[in-house]
Amino acid sequence: MTETGGSTPLVKLEGVNKHFGTLHVLKDIDLDVQRGEVVVVIGPSGGGKSTLCRVINRLETIDSGTITFDGRELPAEGKALARLRSEVGMVFQSFNLFSHKTILENVTLGPIKVRGISRQQAEQRGMELLERVGIASQAGKYPAQLSGGQQQRTAIARALAMDPKMILFDEPTSALDPEMVQEVLDVMVTLARDGMTMMVVTHEMGFARRAANRVVFMADGQVVEQGPPAEFFTRPSTDRARDFLSKILTH
Amino acid sequence: MNDLIKYAPDLAAGFLVNVELSLVCAVLSLIAGTVLVSLRVAPTPVLRTAAATYINIVRNTPLTLVLAFSALGLSDTLGLSFSKEPSTNAFWLVVLGLSAYTASFVAETLRSGINTVPLGQAEAARAIGLTFFQSLRMIILPQAFRAVIAPLGSVIIAMIKNTTVAMAAGYLAESAFVMKDTFDDTGVSIPIFIGLVLAFMAITLPVGFLAGRLARRLAVVR
Repeated sequence: MTETGGSTPLVKLEGVNKHFGTLHVLKDIDLDVQRGEVVVVIGPSGGGKSTLCRVINRLETIDSGTITFDGRELPAEGKALARLRSEVGMVFQSFNLFSHKTILENVTLGPIKVRGISRQQAEQRGMELLERVGIASQAGKYPAQLSGGQQQRTAIARALAMDPKMILFDEPTSALDPEMVQEVLDVMVTLARDGMTMMVVTHEMGFARRAANRVVFMADGQVVEQGPPAEFFTRPSTDRARDFLSKILTH
Repeated sequence: MNDLIKYAPDLAAGFLVNVELSLVCAVLSLIAGTVLVSLRVAPTPVLRTAAATYINIVRNTPLTLVLAFSALGLSDTLGLSFSKEPSTNAFWLVVLGLSAYTASFVAETLRSGINTVPLGQAEAARAIGLTFFQSLRMIILPQAFRAVIAPLGSVIIAMIKNTTVAMAAGYLAESAFVMKDTFDDTGVSIPIFIGLVLAFMAITLPVGFLAGRLARRLAVVR
């Protein structure tokens, strides 16, 4: 990991506001993500968690405030924006693997077309990554032939293939059958242990406890509370968080 | 029946022109249609508006007028010339007009194909750092094409039949004109008429059949 910015945060959001029509989805968000940190964002549906994740690689634009990544403000458009996105991996709830390409092609497309790496080199690295997420044997298949868990692990490999400085996970296990959640979480835990900077929007409290450095609790477009997982889960300091936790942790 | 045999060589030569026009226009209109739809969905408003304007004007103008404009407007008045040889020049004026016309239908067909590609595909493409036109070319259009192979087949079939309008551009070589010319000499001959219809069907039916098969074979499974 290159320490270009020294000890400055990798991502810094300052006074970020975002509306969808009349709905104020992000209200004055201030948030830093340090290098190597794993931030888990939890909170009730519609609270702005996914939007928070998506503004960091500008899949959603913001109305006001600033977002800096690796010391530079997010570019608005064009080649500079494409370059920024190539440094920020993204894993979607619905996998979004390229349907007309094989598993290996999904993983090698970015390195070949964006980074300009040779096909041979990209395929070798692609196979290593597929090996790492446990689906090397499926390399020649198409996404629709794989289970949801396998598709999501492919999506993680696709993000890793770009050697990103950070990976955003937007509810990566919410579309999975229950028996496939664990295989995806295991890959994510390994990534976290290896020092990848991650922002994970999830409802998996177990993952938050095991892998997070910090839990950010969002509701109604605001960061209501944040802290280390042990502290947050045992002694939440706000009523809103206590209320949320009581609803999901009782069973 | 004797008329058909007697005039068969002329008609065959004319029909060959229809085939030539069809092949050239199919290639050009598919290319031009792809370029048009790329502009039509581009993030830059100027490009989008320009492409939409072109498509709406050309698609809604009768083909005879498009071809007449190609010959009388572009060539005679504005001096566009492809060749000193009048019949070669006329051939390419027909190609220009018919391709420009068909491209607008290809573009609209492809656009409906683009609408079948889930938004997540484009987001994933952008998320790995592909630019807009890269993601269009590598991710969106390949899937859009596969979704509309069958309707594209219909566009191509219509284009093949439209080659018989070439006389509107003053190009007097294709089979429908030869037939009309022959009828002027000999009176209407039903066998000639049927013979020509069968000749066109011998091309258009396989195009439709092939498009249907390709559509099934290349369908993107989600």
